[in-house]
Amino acid sequence: MNLPMDTATNRERRLEHERRQRRRSTIIATASTVVVMAAVLVFVPMTPGWDKVRRSFFNREILIDTFPSLLKAFWLDVRIFLVAVPCISIIALGLALARNSRHPALFPLRAAVAIYTDVFRGVPVILTIYLIGFGVPGLGLSRTWGQPIIWGTVALILAYSAYVSEVFRAGIESVHESQRAAARSLGMSSAQTMRIVVLPQAIRRVVPPLMNDFISLQKDVALVSLIGPVEILRRAGIEKSAAANFTPYVGAAIIFLAVTIPLTRTADHLMARQRRRTTGTAVA
Amino acid sequence: MRRSLRLTLTAGIALPLVLAACGDDGGDSASDCPTVTDGVLTIATGEPAFPPYVVDDDPTNKQGFEAAVAWAVAEKLGYTDDTVTWVRTTFDEAIQPGAKSFDFNLQQYSITEERKANISFSDPYYTSNQAIVALAGSAAEGATSLADLADVKFGVQAGTTSLQFITDVVKPSTEPFVYDDNVGAKAALEANQIDAIVMDLPTAFYVSAVEIEGSSVIGQFPASAGGTTDEFGLVMEKDNPLVACVNTALGELRTSGELDAITEQWMSAETGAPIIPVD
Repeated sequence: MNLPMDTATNRERRLEHERRQRRRSTIIATASTVVVMAAVLVFVPMTPGWDKVRRSFFNREILIDTFPSLLKAFWLDVRIFLVAVPCISIIALGLALARNSRHPALFPLRAAVAIYTDVFRGVPVILTIYLIGFGVPGLGLSRTWGQPIIWGTVALILAYSAYVSEVFRAGIESVHESQRAAARSLGMSSAQTMRIVVLPQAIRRVVPPLMNDFISLQKDVALVSLIGPVEILRRAGIEKSAAANFTPYVGAAIIFLAVTIPLTRTADHLMARQRRRTTGTAVA
Repeated sequence: MRRSLRLTLTAGIALPLVLAACGDDGGDSASDCPTVTDGVLTIATGEPAFPPYVVDDDPTNKQGFEAAVAWAVAEKLGYTDDTVTWVRTTFDEAIQPGAKSFDFNLQQYSITEERKANISFSDPYYTSNQAIVALAGSAAEGATSLADLADVKFGVQAGTTSLQFITDVVKPSTEPFVYDDNVGAKAALEANQIDAIVMDLPTAFYVSAVEIEGSSVIGQFPASAGGTTDEFGLVMEKDNPLVACVNTALGELRTSGELDAITEQWMSAETGAPIIPVD
């Protein structure tokens, strides 16, 4: 046998090589970042129109003046979001399960769900919000029950349930058929198989894409302002008109980023962890 | 009041006037009253533009209050039918930094101190009252004082001084709903989500007569209500030398009575809504 005798030395050499590679990557990344930042910070202010652009978009006084009212308006976005997310998750999971049902008698259910997802994914969310937000209360609801904030939220839930149900469906279908077969051969019912074997794996797999959908929902909450309620983007628009200056939108962007960046990073982290779990180490 | 674009239109009108004035000094009038395109006055308004400000959404027909004001200023500045072009812009395009696509822009832009920091306004060409439009049976119907309006749910178009007027002067107990345009406010009115819409008086008469079936102008507020006078001005690029030219033109139109005649022709057809005192 000709086994490598110096396994420990080989291993050390490899680790040393990897360390050097990592250091080199860090240096290159830092250098390129510095160059790009310098280009932006030095050259953009040298352009002839920079002063006007800065006055219109990055006006410190206007930012400070309007920020508290933006934050207050953002609370409405947060409330809508917090109500919508659990409703969407439950409805979407239900839709995905219905779509995955296999009994022949349930064909009408599968067809109905397919039509629902096709329609709500295809129709612009704006139309859904106008139609439900003005249309349903217009049927004769009382002032209390016809509030735009209620029906705007319902419209968002309907639209996003369609998107999210497809994510769940993809997750369910990604679980290999042999696992179902194995579960059934152990005597589990179809429902047990789904609940105990398929869903836990499916849901774990779709968490990262779900985060993406919810981040985009967080931005689409602003569409509810089309039917009246003043949320953060509308508030920014109002302040913009009052001051003839776009800085309030920058303020709104800062608030959005403060929420979406942690969410995005979390999604990235989850995806990376899942990749490590399922495919081993990453190759540069 | 709606948007500021109308301001620009007026400015364009005033330019030829200023040019004429410059000519008296023997100076180079073109450089004193520069336009975006040499020899051509570019006037901007909204899309769509609607009565009583522009008739048939076609400002080149000179019909409608703002179309007429714009053309009068243009003529004072020495421009003719052949040397005036119209463009359409949104509010945002009118206030964005950098070069403008128009010489002046008018679409009921209210003159405010805050806005003056970023754009230039001409002198006012119209002073408007705020008015309330509501359906029959509305909670706002029959209001004779601000106290009567305290519990009214208002709707209003975004980016208007009408919104500021509600927040600062009427101060209702619940926050007003805000829409992109009067179409949204109309839908909310019909869906029973709001009781009344606030807008400038000329628009209110048009909207109640043409756009919202069964509605009427149930009241108006004095023009100087709450210490703020809502005046429309032409919007121009910040510190555009054209502002002086336009103001000269507007001044001459005012002195000669032409502006009054235009206003009377287009704006005073109806003013018969009860006045709600605010003091």
